[in-house]
Amino acid sequence: MKQNKFKRNVSDALNNPKLKVAIRRTTDRADAKRATAVKNFPGFDRTREQGQKIKDHVIEYLDYYLAEFERNAIANGSIVHWAKNAEHASQIVVDICHEQGAKKITRSKSMLGEEIGLPAALDREDFERVETDLAEHIIQLAGDPPSHIVWPALHLTREDVVDLFRENHQNPIESTQVVDLVSSARRELRHHFLSADVGITGANFLVADTGQVCTVTNEGNAELTTTPPKVHIVTAGIEKLVPSIAHAMPLLRLLVRSATGADITQYTTFHNGPKRGTDLDGPEHCHIVLVDNGRTNMLKDDMKEMLRCIRCGACMNHCVVYKHIGGHAYGSVYPGPMGAVITPNIDGLNNAFEPVSACTLNGKCQEVCPVNIPLPTLIRAWRKKAWEKKVDTIRNRFLVACFSQLAQRPRLFQFTTNMAILMMKPFSRRGWIRWMPFAGSWTTNRDLLAPQGQSFIQQYQKNRERHEA
Amino acid sequence: MKANVGLFVTCLVNTLRPSVGFAAIQLLEDADCNVSVPSAQSCCGQPAFNSGDDEGTKAIARKLIERFEGFDYVVAPSGSCAAMIRKFDELFENDDPFAERAKSLAGKTFELLSFLVDICDYTVVDSTLDATYSYHHSCSGLRELNVHQQPMKLLKDIKGLQAKPLKGSTECCGFGGTFCVKYSDISNEVVSEKVDNILAANADILLGGDLGCLMNIEGKMNRVTDKEAREKPTSVMHTAELLADLLPSNDS
Ligand code: SF4
Repeated sequence: MKQNKFKRNVSDALNNPKLKVAIRRTTDRADAKRATAVKNFPGFDRTREQGQKIKDHVIEYLDYYLAEFERNAIANGSIVHWAKNAEHASQIVVDICHEQGAKKITRSKSMLGEEIGLPAALDREDFERVETDLAEHIIQLAGDPPSHIVWPALHLTREDVVDLFRENHQNPIESTQVVDLVSSARRELRHHFLSADVGITGANFLVADTGQVCTVTNEGNAELTTTPPKVHIVTAGIEKLVPSIAHAMPLLRLLVRSATGADITQYTTFHNGPKRGTDLDGPEHCHIVLVDNGRTNMLKDDMKEMLRCIRCGACMNHCVVYKHIGGHAYGSVYPGPMGAVITPNIDGLNNAFEPVSACTLNGKCQEVCPVNIPLPTLIRAWRKKAWEKKVDTIRNRFLVACFSQLAQRPRLFQFTTNMAILMMKPFSRRGWIRWMPFAGSWTTNRDLLAPQGQSFIQQYQKNRERHEA
Repeated sequence: MKANVGLFVTCLVNTLRPSVGFAAIQLLEDADCNVSVPSAQSCCGQPAFNSGDDEGTKAIARKLIERFEGFDYVVAPSGSCAAMIRKFDELFENDDPFAERAKSLAGKTFELLSFLVDICDYTVVDSTLDATYSYHHSCSGLRELNVHQQPMKLLKDIKGLQAKPLKGSTECCGFGGTFCVKYSDISNEVVSEKVDNILAANADILLGGDLGCLMNIEGKMNRVTDKEAREKPTSVMHTAELLADLLPSNDS
């Protein structure tokens, strides 16, 4: 995203007190719940290492596991499609929906779907799209994009939801209790589940040796999305592979604890393709769309480790920047630290430089990442590319270049330090500076520490001379 | 034989708070080290490195390596600067003549407080201070160098000094080097929250091991308490300053 747009988004976000409340209600609770879940699971660190190894192994042998998955998925009766990029992927889905003569389409939450622009693509073709995840249902009513990868409606408060449901539900309720809101949404969605022609899901894991697609939800909406309609379409990134169900288990343990702080998700389903001979229910057709959209570039680009991501959202819940500006300010599908690494790869570094730049590199994200992705290192790696490609403004690059030039010349550096101290002196009051020229971006919000006197080096040298004399 | 320690002062201490540098020297000497301060030193290169300017960083690193490689140890009163020097070993390609030298320097570079505890087995003896403190664990030291228990261990031995828990004590204060000026408004939100937590902890002193974070925090605290027209209840100090103040040689 371009600099001005980002700055505007940030300032809108920071000036929205309601947003702050909404973000913190969710992220603070998520942080606390995650911490408890991790503490209560003595094997967490070991599982984290295991998870990392499994993902690294799959990424190393991606071609092998993709071929194995395809073979087994076909053997299960599914049809496998390969999509190079976002447009290609959503076109495949749209075409299948047309072929099936679909009118109503239910969809369970999938960030990959957002990544490939599927909601918009379906809307353009005038399908009736029904989002079935509770939070997705809420933001569909609000007409908002998701602001978090696990809680897409995180930017809205319960009060907002009450209003949205009152305006939009067929039998609006008076209550503002969460249980009643949930019931209202269930009533609203139930008939759509049963009358949809196509159900679309993402995938949390693709199991190579069985050809299965694993989905994880807390609401059971993925099961209701995939079972009643005639057609089930899966859209999944190619990095979602695991060798076997056994390999999915440690990752599931990590995912749920890191995402919601629960010990287990309510619904974990391994979908096995279309229904067979004696099956009583299930879809008649199952299509699996495997999406690259820049992922193989990440293999080449030294961003490999990012492909370990299991989309748990912990990095953003714990990010001081995300916690203050929220997801929408980033202006991309994926916000927060993981978004800062993934987005330049999808939208181009020029368009995604601001999130890369707006990071303190404090490392908390990596600390909580269940597959130990070195997010700060990868963010820095993008900055390096940005430096080489001259992406930042001339002013910012000039300042850094001046600094580098100066710092390579220690004596000149010391001289400049001494000059700076002299310049700061007249503005100093009781050890602090409230305002001085060129320090505005610091002093607008905080006092600047005034020098104690001469520089350390000067004082030190003087002391020594005195000593020796 | 005494270890020869080269003190890397860091830009902020050099410019704004030399007392931290002198405190570091006192502590290191008390820990039986021979301390030298090369006068031709500049910066560890973080602003360049974190902006992606690897060539600039390398040029800075070369100068630093030449100045400091002769010492047994290089010590900085800052986790983030020490962590940066440690990163020099990833900076140079294998065939670069500086690759080996960078690696060797990285291996002997330490943050002050962890150096005192982990390498010098330094302990605080016979110190008393009737006060309460909260600790801000700066991110680079904490996550890149594992500096966490060491300062706690030193402070625990000061009689009368009591810890007051600080909410979010391991969370970023919003300084982030160039971040705090480039994204001043976000940084302000982050540090405001930090200051709220510190004021709520209500200790006499806030301690930490990185001047960048400390001046960000105290600078904000000044504004907050000014606005609320009240005395600053908590003073902010570098841990080295507190420890050195308590040395017998500084008894007043
Ligand atoms: S980067 Fe790590 S913490 Fe962030 S969403 Fe991915 S797996 Fe979770």
